[in-house]
Amino acid sequence: MAYHYLEDFAIADIAFEATGKDLEELFSSAADATMNVMIEDLDTIIGREGREIELRSGEPDMLLFDLLQEVIYYKDAEQLMLRIKDMTITEKAGAYLLRAVGIGERLDPKRHEQRADVKAVTLHHFKVEKAGGLWKALVILDV
Amino acid sequence: MAKPAALERVSEAVWELPVSFKPGMRVPARIYGTEKLIGEMDDAVYDQVTNVATLPGIVKYALCMPDGHFGYGFPIGGVAAMDVAEGGVISPGGIGFDINCGMRLVRTNLTYDEVRPRLRELIDKLFAAVPAGVGSTGFLKLSRQEFRRVVEEGSRWCVERGYGWNEDLELTEDNGCTPGADASTVSERAVDRGFNQIGTLGSGNHYLEIQVVREANIFDRDLAEAFGLTEGQIVVMYHCGSRGFGHQVATDYLRLFLSVMESKYGIRILDRELACTPYDSPEGRDYFAAMKCALNMSFANRQMILHRIREVFSDVFGQPAERLAIHMVYDIAHNTAKLERYLVDGKERSLLVHRKGATRAFAPGMAGLPERYKKIGQPVIIGGSMETGSYLLVGTAGGRETFFSTPHGSGRTMSRTKARKQWHGKELQRQMEERGIYVRTASWSGLAEEAGGAYKNIDEVTAASDLAGISRRVVRLVPIGNVKG
Repeated sequence: MAYHYLEDFAIADIAFEATGKDLEELFSSAADATMNVMIEDLDTIIGREGREIELRSGEPDMLLFDLLQEVIYYKDAEQLMLRIKDMTITEKAGAYLLRAVGIGERLDPKRHEQRADVKAVTLHHFKVEKAGGLWKALVILDV
Repeated sequence: MAKPAALERVSEAVWELPVSFKPGMRVPARIYGTEKLIGEMDDAVYDQVTNVATLPGIVKYALCMPDGHFGYGFPIGGVAAMDVAEGGVISPGGIGFDINCGMRLVRTNLTYDEVRPRLRELIDKLFAAVPAGVGSTGFLKLSRQEFRRVVEEGSRWCVERGYGWNEDLELTEDNGCTPGADASTVSERAVDRGFNQIGTLGSGNHYLEIQVVREANIFDRDLAEAFGLTEGQIVVMYHCGSRGFGHQVATDYLRLFLSVMESKYGIRILDRELACTPYDSPEGRDYFAAMKCALNMSFANRQMILHRIREVFSDVFGQPAERLAIHMVYDIAHNTAKLERYLVDGKERSLLVHRKGATRAFAPGMAGLPERYKKIGQPVIIGGSMETGSYLLVGTAGGRETFFSTPHGSGRTMSRTKARKQWHGKELQRQMEERGIYVRTASWSGLAEEAGGAYKNIDEVTAASDLAGISRRVVRLVPIGNVKG
């Protein structure tokens, strides 16, 4: 998993850069980066419950946008802190299909040290691109 | 941070970038601030405010308030008025994801000397009664169907069920219920994210603070008294918004607008976060109706929090809230868009005024003010950092040049990622306690990210507003206790 938060960018919000050798690895890293804004130690999230995720988009960047929104949605709707596993992304006739499972548990303030609630994924400078054989994403989260 | 060479000083606290600054600008950009604030402003503000200046239908200027800083789409502190009869657009990026993020100020008849000995108990009980932090849920258990009523009725729903007093409605913007909210325009996902969050603070820069009025901090004694504030008095100020519901409404329509903006309406923008449609379009009208639901959800959220505050004060001080005179001063949004009428180039027009991290500041005599404030103007509540203090200002006639808009807070100068490296939450809590501010938080690192040093100087921000004549300082309020999201 590879992501890091940017210090001199998006001062009121949180910006991160994630990388991966393929889209699946990139998206998993970005999902963890999003959850890590909310929960300090991702290892404290135990895989007690699962939610199947299936998303479609014409563009890989909007597919990532929708995936990160899923992570945020379950946090509010069910207080579920999810990590994204078993992801496959296939492309057919210009459309991308993502299948994955979100695995995690309900927020437990005693065990999960919190950081900041993520409100939304912004599209400001939002980017998914391949450079030098590596996939990269730049994301600003509204907190 | 270097100010652009093209930036011209118009007056003491007003600066302008001409339309020649960037291709596509329809109007100049005006940035408010003292020389110090302008010098410290991050470069993104200039880029973002001039992007706003390219939006269809914008009139007069793209504006940025003295607390302006890096946003998404609009800068935080951004204000833009669109002529809806001339293809003016509506943009979720001009309002923010946290629709009706706003402030409520509540007064009491308690004094600092009375509260000081009970401060810990008071803050601990408020911390328990007003949930804060990631995905926090409130005490109100509603069906999804009932929640849809709440978002159409706002604070009125709460007061009708005993969660507040009638006077609370009069002292809330739009009487706590913005007309035209239509729950059929919001998604089930938005309802899922919000139906159990009424009465919660959230996190980030959201807070609930116990503050004190000190004599030396009263700028205008008559106005302070007119707002019910006197020396030594304890007040409660809090800052929160429409929680997951509003965030999802904004996200849903951002996604929709992106899909129709260019293909259906031929609008091209410089930043996808400025996605928009004409206000006068099916999508634009639906978003406006959905956004109003989020405005109402937020009014209801702050109303339920007031109910909890009254319960806690009553419990701690052993008297009913009425006896403690826990009355509202005002409640006002700072992430919103509203239709307002203005005279532009000799013609009265209906303008959609986007305010993103900017507070409406109506002048004396304007329609929409509570009767009791009609002669003195609208209270403007500006939240500072948890270490330095906050302000109550009042709207003035000079506000006309900013469509009666003024700042909303201090404005950050340092990223959260950097701040959490610079300060440590527990250490900061201890230091603040030594200085007489007792803090409880749902997140230690969240506390560190909110350190006073990560913000602009609020005295400078309000001084700039005063200098520019867009609002006037009434009183500075100093924190003694804080519940941090």
